[in-house]
Amino acid sequence: MKKTALSLSVLAALALGSASAQTTVKIATLSPLSGGQSDLGTQIRNGAQLAVNEYKPLFKKIGLDLQLVAYDDQADPATGTAQARKIASDRQILAVVGTLNSGVAIPSSAALAPSHVAMVSPANTANQVTDRGLSNMNRIVARDDAQGPAGANFIARTLKAKKVYILNDKTAYGEGLAKEVEKALKADGVQVVANEGTEEKSDFSSIIAKIKLQRPDAVYFGGIYNQVGVFIKQLREAGINAPVIGGDGLDSSELATIAGQGANDIYFTTVAAPIEALPAAKVFATSFKQTFNDNAQGFGAFGYDAAKVVLQGILDAARANGNKAPSRMQVETAIRKGNFTGLLSGNVTFNSVGDRKSATLYVMNVQGGKYKLATTVPVKPARQ
Amino acid sequence: MDLATLLPFIVNVIVGGLVLGFVYAIIALGYTMVYGVLQLINFAHSEVFVTGAIVGYEVFRVLAPNPMNGYLKLLLALLAAMTVSGVLNVLIERLAYRPLRNAPRLVPLITAIGVSLILQDVLRVIEGFQGRFDLTYILPESFGTRFCAAQSSCAALGNVLRTIGIDLQVKDVILIVVALLSLGGLNYLVNRTRLGKAIRAVAQDRVTAGLMGIDADRMISMTFLIGGALGGISGVLFGLKVGTVNAYSGFDPGIVAFTAAVLGGIGSIPGAVLGGLVLGVIQNLIGVTNIFGQILGSANLQAIDASYQRIGAFLVLVLILIFKPTGLLGKSNVEKV
Repeated sequence: MKKTALSLSVLAALALGSASAQTTVKIATLSPLSGGQSDLGTQIRNGAQLAVNEYKPLFKKIGLDLQLVAYDDQADPATGTAQARKIASDRQILAVVGTLNSGVAIPSSAALAPSHVAMVSPANTANQVTDRGLSNMNRIVARDDAQGPAGANFIARTLKAKKVYILNDKTAYGEGLAKEVEKALKADGVQVVANEGTEEKSDFSSIIAKIKLQRPDAVYFGGIYNQVGVFIKQLREAGINAPVIGGDGLDSSELATIAGQGANDIYFTTVAAPIEALPAAKVFATSFKQTFNDNAQGFGAFGYDAAKVVLQGILDAARANGNKAPSRMQVETAIRKGNFTGLLSGNVTFNSVGDRKSATLYVMNVQGGKYKLATTVPVKPARQ
Repeated sequence: MDLATLLPFIVNVIVGGLVLGFVYAIIALGYTMVYGVLQLINFAHSEVFVTGAIVGYEVFRVLAPNPMNGYLKLLLALLAAMTVSGVLNVLIERLAYRPLRNAPRLVPLITAIGVSLILQDVLRVIEGFQGRFDLTYILPESFGTRFCAAQSSCAALGNVLRTIGIDLQVKDVILIVVALLSLGGLNYLVNRTRLGKAIRAVAQDRVTAGLMGIDADRMISMTFLIGGALGGISGVLFGLKVGTVNAYSGFDPGIVAFTAAVLGGIGSIPGAVLGGLVLGVIQNLIGVTNIFGQILGSANLQAIDASYQRIGAFLVLVLILIFKPTGLLGKSNVEKV
C-alpha cells in the first residue's frame, strides 16, 4: 500500500515535470519510400512534411512539440502491417497520413483500429478501405466505385468506343477498378472483349497479339504507371494506336518517360488533381520545390491536404482537451466529425464511414508526352 | 475466326515468345555455368544481369547527344556491360562464395540471396543519387523502326514476313543476332579452347583437375567472369526489348531464367538455351489459350488468359521434371562412391 502511494507520487512529480516542458506529439506517414512506387510515396511524405512545418508554430503556442515520422511500407501489405504495429506501439503518434496503396491500407488500418490511431489516406480508392466501417480509416479522395464509372463513361461517351479490352494488374486496386469499369461499360452497352489480369512487368507480347487480333477501340488498364507505361510502349511499338485509359495509378510524370515515343492517346482518371488544376496550389508548389528540390505532383498536394486534416483534427481535439495533448480516441473522433477548410482541393467533411462527402475526379490526357487536364467530374459517395 | 487471321496471330505469339526466350536463354547461361562448376545456384545473377542493363542504359544516355552510328553505341554498351557485370561477378565469387566453399550447401545459397538483396539496394542508391529510378533506354531512332519497313531496300521480304505474322522491329532482330553471336562465342570458348577444356575439367571433378595441374580457383573465377559477361549482354538485350529497367527489375526474369536453366537441365549449356526458348514460347502460348478456347467453344480454356502465364510455365517445369528429373538435356549425375 505504502509502495503504491510512493510510486504514485513519483509519477505525479514526473507528470508535473513534463507539463512544464514541451509535450511531444507525432504524426506518421505510411507510404512506399523504397521500391517501384517510391516516387509517389515520397511525394506523400514530403507533402505531409510541408503541412507539419506550417502547423508547428500553432502547436508550439499550446505547448506541444509537433514532429513527423516517416514509415516505409514498400507498397507491400505485409510490410505495411508490420510498420502499422510499430506506429501503434509509439504512444506519441496520434494519427497517420497514408497509405498510397489500398492493398496496404486495408490490413494496416485493421492493425491500427484497436488502438484508435486515425488514418487519413491521400490516395486509397478501393471501396473496401472504408466499406469495412472502421472508425479510424478516412480518405480525402474519391472511391473506386466513382473512378470506375467515370472512366467508363469517358470511354463510352467521349471516346465513343464500341469495343473495349480491359486489363488489370491483379492487385486489390487494379482488379477492383477493372471490375467497376467492366460493369459500367456493359451498362452503357459497350462490348467488353476481355478483363484480363497480368503480373507481367516486362513482356506483353502475348496480350498485345490478342489485342491485335481483336481490334478493340480502346484499352482500359487498371494498374500502376511503371507496369502500364511499359505496356503502352510495347503496344505502340506493335503499331496499335487505340487510346489507353487507366485510373490514378497512371498519375506520374514517369508514365510519359517510360512510354517514350508511345506516350500518345493516354487518358487517366485521377483523384489527385494535377498541381496546375488546383488554383490554390501555386504557393504550395513553389515551397515544395524550394524544400525538396523536386516538382510537386498531385499526390504531394493530397499528402499535404491529408496531413492538414490530421493536424487540424489534433489541434481541435487538443483545444477541446484544455490545450493538452489529446488521446488517440479524441483525435479519431475529431477527424471523423470535423469540417476542414483552407485545403488545396476544397473543403473536407467525412461521412459515417470516412469517405469524403464531395470529391472530384480529374480526367487527364497525355499527348506527345505532355499532360493536360481533359475534364473534371464531381462525385459523391452513395452514403452521405 | 478463319485461318487467314489465326495463322499470323499464332506465328506472332510464338515469335514474341522466342524473342524474349533468347533473353531468358542468355540469362539462364549465367546460372547454369556457375552451377556446372560449383553446384551453387548464384541467386545474385539476377542483379549481375540488372547491373548490365543499367550500365547499358548509362552508355546510351551519355552517348544520346552524340551523332555516332547507333550500332557503334550498341557495341560500346554491350562491351561496357560485359566488363562491369563480369568483374562484378568475379568479385562476388571472391568475397562471398570462395570463403564458404567448404561450408554446407545451404550456406552459400543463403549468402547468394543476401548478395542479391544488397546489390539491389546498392544499384538503387547509385541511380538514386542522380535522382533516377525507372531508367528508360534512350535508343537510336533506327532501332525502333520496323525490320524491312515498307520504304527500305528489303521491303519485299518485310511484307512477306508481316503477312505470315512475323512483325519485328529492328531492335528485335538485333537482339536475336546478338544472342546467337553470344551463344556461338560461348560454344567456341567452352568446346574449342584450352580455357574451355580446363573449365569443363573443373566442372567434372575439381580435385582431379587440380592434380592435373589446373588452377581450379582461377578457372572458377574465369567461369564467373564469362557468366557475368553473359549476364551483362542479357541485361542490355533486356533493356532493348523492354525499354525500362530499375534496380529491382532482375527478380522476375531471374526467376524465369533460373526455371529455364532447370528445365533444360541445370549445368547444361545447350539445355539453358533450349529451356529459355521453350519457356518463352510456352508462356506466350498459355497466355493466349483463351482465344483458342473461344474458337473451340470451350469455357474451361476461355478462362485461361495471361494471368496464368507464369503459373503455366512452372506447371510445365514440374511436369517435365516428373518425367525427366534431370531436365531436357541434363545428364544424370552418377553418385561417386
